[in-house]
Amino acid sequence: MDEHWSVDGHRHFKAAGIRQVAYVPDAGLTKLIERCREDNEIETVMCATEEEGIGLAAGAWLAGQKSAVLMQSSGVGNTINAIASLITSAHFPLFTIVTMRGQWGEGNPWQVPMGQAVAPVLEAIGVKTFQADTAADVSPMIEAGLRMAYSTDQAIAVLVSQRVIGSKVWVAGSSEGKP
Amino acid sequence: MTDFILRRREILKTALVDRGDALFVTGLGSATWDLASLGDRPENFYLWGAMGNAAMIGLGLAIARPDRRVVVITGDGEMLMGLTSLTTIGARRPENLAICVLDNERYTETGRQPTATGLGTDLAAVAAACGFPQTATLRTESDAARLGDLLLRTPGPVMAVAKVVDETLPMAVPPRDGGYLKTRFRTNLLGEKAATLP
Repeated sequence: MDEHWSVDGHRHFKAAGIRQVAYVPDAGLTKLIERCREDNEIETVMCATEEEGIGLAAGAWLAGQKSAVLMQSSGVGNTINAIASLITSAHFPLFTIVTMRGQWGEGNPWQVPMGQAVAPVLEAIGVKTFQADTAADVSPMIEAGLRMAYSTDQAIAVLVSQRVIGSKVWVAGSSEGKP
Repeated sequence: MTDFILRRREILKTALVDRGDALFVTGLGSATWDLASLGDRPENFYLWGAMGNAAMIGLGLAIARPDRRVVVITGDGEMLMGLTSLTTIGARRPENLAICVLDNERYTETGRQPTATGLGTDLAAVAAACGFPQTATLRTESDAARLGDLLLRTPGPVMAVAKVVDETLPMAVPPRDGGYLKTRFRTNLLGEKAATLP
């Protein structure tokens, strides 16, 4: 690995003219969130739940601004009606990056059902998914996803695999693990 | 509650007389019919769905256009569904955003079932606790006389909760095609070229 994918991700955000970034924190998104927070030309909005980010993206687009919504796979479950009812109904563009749990090497059984459901559920409501299984996939998928979202008024989700982010081994009593 | 006296469309009509070029987002159901009853305008983005999202759409607009006043008009049920957005707005505190909740303590569209605002939740107090610098609960005619200033001219974010009569009003139906409403709003705000070309 040369550079973390968030370096290219932020560069693609700038090239595409992203002005608002909504996020609910996830460990796998930390570096990208930090890059966006340090960028004075990007308004970052920390949300309490992921569906807020969907509303924010629609409001930004009504005023001519492009946005990105960053979330963990669990949060996709919170966005479904907002995406289906607002984004898909009114043909809003939407670009989201989802860092995955519940797949490659997951240690928490409570993460598995939602993680496994992310792609089929998003596709069922009209979101096109790009699934990045290796670190090398992430940058071109962000670039292509942004272009497609804002050139064709589509909802695009880049799903960053747990294989890219790394799955920690969770051991009872350890302070290193994450649930 | 039966002792409310404010009539939702009357107070809104009076408050919005000098609305200028303010931008509006309405929560689905009664709030959409209420704003449409005052006349359809391209500055109005009406929700026909996406319950709980009105306030955040307002925030996205308000951040993008700090030069324009952004007013979200919604009902108590819609605001309760998006209650977490008050924490997000309270953290960001855009001065140009105002939220008006027309609170009849009922889920009007689904059969007038009671909402939590009649059973203990004080939305103005919630907004104040989230960091909104301007909050008010309006109950009397003299309270309602402040609504226009609160929504259009007071530095925000503003939360104005109007306790209104639970009444049956004629539906005033605005356009319902989401793509049309979106493109009309953008064309009015951005110009046709910026709104329609990639």
